[in-house]
Amino acid sequence: MRITPPDTEAVPDCCRKGLYSCLLPSGLFALLCLAWPGVVNGDVFTVQWAWVPSLDLNLAFRLDGLSLLFGLIITMTGFFVTIYASSYMAGHPQNGRFFVFLHAFMIAMLGIVFADNLLLMFICWEATTILSFLLIGFDHEKSDARENARQALLVTGAGGLFLLMGILLLKSAGFSMTLSALSESADGIQNHALYPAVFICFMVGAMTKSGQVPFHFWLPNAMSAPTPISAFLHAATMVKAGIYLLMRLHPVMGGTPLWMSTLVLVGGATALWGAIQALGPCDLKRILAYTTLMALGVLTLFLGGQTVLSLTAATTFLMVHALYKAALFLAVGSIDHQTGTRDLNDLGGLVTRMPLTALAVAGATLSMAGFPLFFGFIGKEIMYAGALAEDMFPLFAAGITLSANALMTAVAAIILITPFAGVLPAHLKNTWETPWTMRIGPAFMGLLGVVFGIMPEWVSENLIQPAVFAFHPDREEIRLFLFHGINLPLVLSIITLTSGAVIYRQKIRLRRGIRFLIDHLWVTTPELYQSGLTRFLTTAATVTRILQNGSLTTYMSVIVFTLVLLTGSVWLPHVADIASIPAVTGPYIAMGLFVFVLGAAAVVVTARHRLAAIGGLGGVGGGVALIFLVFGAPDIALTQLLVETLTLIFVSLILLRLPPMEPIVKPRATFQARTLRNAILSISAGLVVFTLVSGVVSTPLDRSLTAFFETHSYLSAHGRNIVNVILVDFRSLDTLGEICVIVLAAWAGVHLIRRPFGQRKAP
Amino acid sequence: MKSVILKTATRLMIGLMLVFAVYVFLRGHHEPGGGFSAALLAGTAFSLLAITNGADHVRKAIRIRPSVMALSGLALAAGAGLPALFFGKPFLTGIWWQTETFAAGTPLLFDSGVFLAVLGAILSILLALEEN
Repeated sequence: MRITPPDTEAVPDCCRKGLYSCLLPSGLFALLCLAWPGVVNGDVFTVQWAWVPSLDLNLAFRLDGLSLLFGLIITMTGFFVTIYASSYMAGHPQNGRFFVFLHAFMIAMLGIVFADNLLLMFICWEATTILSFLLIGFDHEKSDARENARQALLVTGAGGLFLLMGILLLKSAGFSMTLSALSESADGIQNHALYPAVFICFMVGAMTKSGQVPFHFWLPNAMSAPTPISAFLHAATMVKAGIYLLMRLHPVMGGTPLWMSTLVLVGGATALWGAIQALGPCDLKRILAYTTLMALGVLTLFLGGQTVLSLTAATTFLMVHALYKAALFLAVGSIDHQTGTRDLNDLGGLVTRMPLTALAVAGATLSMAGFPLFFGFIGKEIMYAGALAEDMFPLFAAGITLSANALMTAVAAIILITPFAGVLPAHLKNTWETPWTMRIGPAFMGLLGVVFGIMPEWVSENLIQPAVFAFHPDREEIRLFLFHGINLPLVLSIITLTSGAVIYRQKIRLRRGIRFLIDHLWVTTPELYQSGLTRFLTTAATVTRILQNGSLTTYMSVIVFTLVLLTGSVWLPHVADIASIPAVTGPYIAMGLFVFVLGAAAVVVTARHRLAAIGGLGGVGGGVALIFLVFGAPDIALTQLLVETLTLIFVSLILLRLPPMEPIVKPRATFQARTLRNAILSISAGLVVFTLVSGVVSTPLDRSLTAFFETHSYLSAHGRNIVNVILVDFRSLDTLGEICVIVLAAWAGVHLIRRPFGQRKAP
Repeated sequence: MKSVILKTATRLMIGLMLVFAVYVFLRGHHEPGGGFSAALLAGTAFSLLAITNGADHVRKAIRIRPSVMALSGLALAAGAGLPALFFGKPFLTGIWWQTETFAAGTPLLFDSGVFLAVLGAILSILLALEEN
């Protein structure tokens, strides 16, 4: 799909549809802008509709500084990604599906950041997980795309379950599910016995979503998605959801030693590991993915801090990262689209061919490296100040930040210099600039990095400060300036840039070292994931082979054994509580029926032919039905009798089609261990059920329900037959469910009976 | 099954059984009976017919496909819950029209739904067994 120069300015017809669809993000962005001035003044907009009040699940939304910042980033990136994708995906047969997924994903993400109810947030959270599965696996013809999509789904989906568990634990500990109410009971939560459990659950949820060590491996693999998706997932959304959750929970759970140490250590490890790995690969997209890991690690590290300074650092870096990462991903996508390769070894000298893209990449990478005058520089200064202000391990935090930033500088240099500088390889001679739709996004966001860098005061006042105030109680104002004077952060900044340059010079050697390191690690988490998954599948296969071996006898034994084990283990300790087994009393006719049923049961057990056994079973059923009749339950008796009759007919129909009957009881000479096992199993099942029934019978019956139905069935439901009134009126929803089950069972049965297509008669 | 006696008896029996099924269905609200029992009875009647005269005969006799019957039963039962919504009551609440001697209401509709669903389920299994 290479575009030759005359076409570059023209937008193909097929991508106009995509252009229309960017009305959605731009409209949402405009709406947020309307609320912006109010939020800067400290207003908080909330709306709430009841949804499932009994579960404490309400459609509660809240717009404050933090959600506004996230909302603006999401909609702005969404807007540029949509414009970009309208050309990038042009001609793709599943163009429409792409935009539906993309925008559904954007809306789910907005749901996360605007939800004020934790359950609602969880629902949106899982929606992003599922949609990201669809997006990562968008090219589902490729097996690695499917594999990676499944990996992302498994890791983040499992984390989502932890999140749900945390929410439920919080609720069961007696706290609300509304975020704004939770922050008021922060002390109660932090001193609660369940706090560590709740904290771990929320942490696992946030860490899996945001790719923290040791759950980081899915994130670089998510690169199988089309590039606009990667830009959206990595810059603005999905992976930032975990960061957002940590920010939201900060006033609720933050500040404890557990919180601070976990976040600083996990974030630090992620930042360093991501930054080191970013030097390794030659694939531009993969490099960017690892730098995302680094950014997420750094953000987590700063959220472990408790001062306004470190939280401001986190919020500032969040913006810095969103801007440069989206621009870089889109630019890399352009390179890939135009040249057909993302491999650093095959690229070079593109500056003459794609000047505007080169300019955008320059803006983004310089911001990423933290050059003065760029927004990244401001971010880095405040990061050093914030790291030194951490409560726990400030020197560790500063050291990690310094080394991660130095590595980032080197990576930024690689991204900027290798593809664009140098000699143009022969196979790129026909490469030209992309259409404007693919240039506008990177260019604008690259430019924004410079604009924000020049006017940091405006940014801090209108974006960062309101966001930080939304999740930190102290209203300590931090002003961002381009030049803070000669202080420690500036010194560290200079060290970063120089050591970044040194690392860049040594990149070949370092790359070799990193590959050696990764190859020789004793065990890595991706391997653990893989072996865990394989082992899980083989275990499942083994269990299935044992339990579902196709033998009806095995199924029955398993069911009966489970019944005996579970019911017996719960019930048998209470057997002693039964006062006495009640004497069997009743009219003589019932006694006669009792003997009849016993005789029929004996026929079933000793029958030598199937038909006789089935006849015996029918006798048992009929006898029991008559016993019901004698004891005054004509409804049940009628139903039972009819069911027995029908069962008999059905079983006979089946029998007619089975192979000729053989004696089912073998001669006594071949007594088998199986017979003994079955005998023990059936006798113990019989004993358990017998003691259970006698236990039930010996406890006095609560007749209040009967009395209720006796008084109300005629008055409220105009029926004198209580059983029928219960079925069709008082509990008709249950009946509705039951007939659904009957129909489903019949449907399944029909398909089991019928022969495969082609062999069966037309209905 | 080629038994003249059974065939002849079936011809007499089936009408009787179906009428009895209707009777059991209608008395259900006040006396033992109701949609479920009536469906079982009707199902028994049709299985008799299927055994003596074959599945095709039953298909012709009932005219609509068993699966359609079962699904329309479900729809009828669920639909019987809707009128309550118009009266501002929870789904499936019984709505009654009554005179001094007579009362009819949505539970009757609901019970017909149960009847159709269960009969449809029985017939679909029966016919599948018979035809296989």
